[in-house]
Amino acid sequence: MMSDFTSNFWNLYIAIATVVALVFTAWILLAAGKDKGKASDTTHVWDGDLTELNHPLPNWWRWLFWVLLIFSAGYLIYYPGLGSFKGIGNWSSTGQFDKEMAALEAQTRPMYERFMAMGVEELAANRQAMGTAERIFQNTCARCHGSDARGFIGFPNLRSGAWNWGGDPADIEQSIAEGRTGIMLPMGDALGGEPGIKAVVAYMRSLSGLDHEEGLMTQGEALFEENCVACHGMDAKGMKDIGAPDLTDNVWVEGGTERAMMKIVEFGHNSDLADGDFAMPPHKGVLSKGQMYLLTAYVWGLTSK
Amino acid sequence: MKFFSHETLETKLPWLIIGIVILISIGGLVQIPPLFFQSSTTEPVLGLKPYTALQLEGRDVYIREGCHGCHSQMIRPFRSEAERYGHYSVAGEFIYDHPFQFSSHRRGPDLARIGGKFSDDWHRLHMIAPRAVVPESNMPNYPWLDKTPANGKAIAAKMKALRILGVPYTDADITAAPGELAGKTEMDALIAYMQGLGIHVKSVR
Repeated sequence: MMSDFTSNFWNLYIAIATVVALVFTAWILLAAGKDKGKASDTTHVWDGDLTELNHPLPNWWRWLFWVLLIFSAGYLIYYPGLGSFKGIGNWSSTGQFDKEMAALEAQTRPMYERFMAMGVEELAANRQAMGTAERIFQNTCARCHGSDARGFIGFPNLRSGAWNWGGDPADIEQSIAEGRTGIMLPMGDALGGEPGIKAVVAYMRSLSGLDHEEGLMTQGEALFEENCVACHGMDAKGMKDIGAPDLTDNVWVEGGTERAMMKIVEFGHNSDLADGDFAMPPHKGVLSKGQMYLLTAYVWGLTSK
Repeated sequence: MKFFSHETLETKLPWLIIGIVILISIGGLVQIPPLFFQSSTTEPVLGLKPYTALQLEGRDVYIREGCHGCHSQMIRPFRSEAERYGHYSVAGEFIYDHPFQFSSHRRGPDLARIGGKFSDDWHRLHMIAPRAVVPESNMPNYPWLDKTPANGKAIAAKMKALRILGVPYTDADITAAPGELAGKTEMDALIAYMQGLGIHVKSVR
């Protein structure tokens, strides 16, 4: 590996300064050690009779300094410290980190290999696997989907049984690995403002058996067929390839009040995200394949076990 | 009197002062100046760009609100930290930070690799009412950020000052800066800043 320094001068600068400092300390210790025996008089006198004496350092104290000096010399030989000299122990903080991670990998690989060989259904019933998956879920997923996996307004409830992007294990695994960004376009203008929005929302509510005005509903049905079926389908059951939600299952990620529904119809959702922005972030690279597979089984098992 | 004995140091005050100054400064001289001449501490990591005007304003909101009082931006090379936060921090990621936001307190989680971990919507909601999304959270609410317009008046001057410190802003960047902040809130700025944190070094598993 090339030296990290832009010039070899700094390498020498550190090594020489360090060695000189140690030699300098040793010299002072030697010089101070010459004051043996009784205390000498510094000739400093205060208040007429208060004289200051010069006591030599006690021997045990001086020896302590020598021990420290010898220790630091040994330290600088074993560990990196003298410029770019790596020390005979070849230790580095990143090297120690790599060893720790390799030990972890060696420890967990057999476990993950065993889990990856199982089917999702079998895995979801394996208590040890689900214990591990639960901890990964709490550390990675819980902040959005909640520690009970029931989500929050704007963040899908994973126990609802509704899967905008598909609920098969392969779909779930892809959602985790690649992330998902569903886009609902703002429809306010296309529907002709508030009356149209109200009508469509009335129709949406009728699909899930929620209270609505019958008159508005029929008006909304026509508007729905004109504006919404491209994504949500003629039967309003959505389209999992683009994450368009099923509007007939009474599961409302963005809230099921009339007001919340009017808001999302009018203003849309995520349509202002730039390329590379995610609603559900990708976890490929953040989590290992084995970890993502465990999570897949865990999330699938929340509703399908 | 012997030259440079213990007695010399005890009775000749200038020698004592000189000796102390040499011994104290040698540690600093060995540790600090070489850092300015190391490629790992002076060159940006691949892909690192200076903060955009919006991100820079966000960083100043971060500093003003004292986020560094509870959040560090420094992942140490330990297994436990890498498992939770991602690849350990390297010096080349902080080249354009003046000042850096390492911090030394973790009342909340480390934010060095927060970029891309959550959606903008999550951050917005979490900043307005942290307990709405994380019931166990002890973070204060910051609802005013969403209502306060980002301050575009000082942004050009800030970027010029950073340019003196070595951040490669072009004249065009600085001219366009106030326009980039037009119509944005402090919340937008803070989220833009956070979404850019730590995204250039990735651990691949």
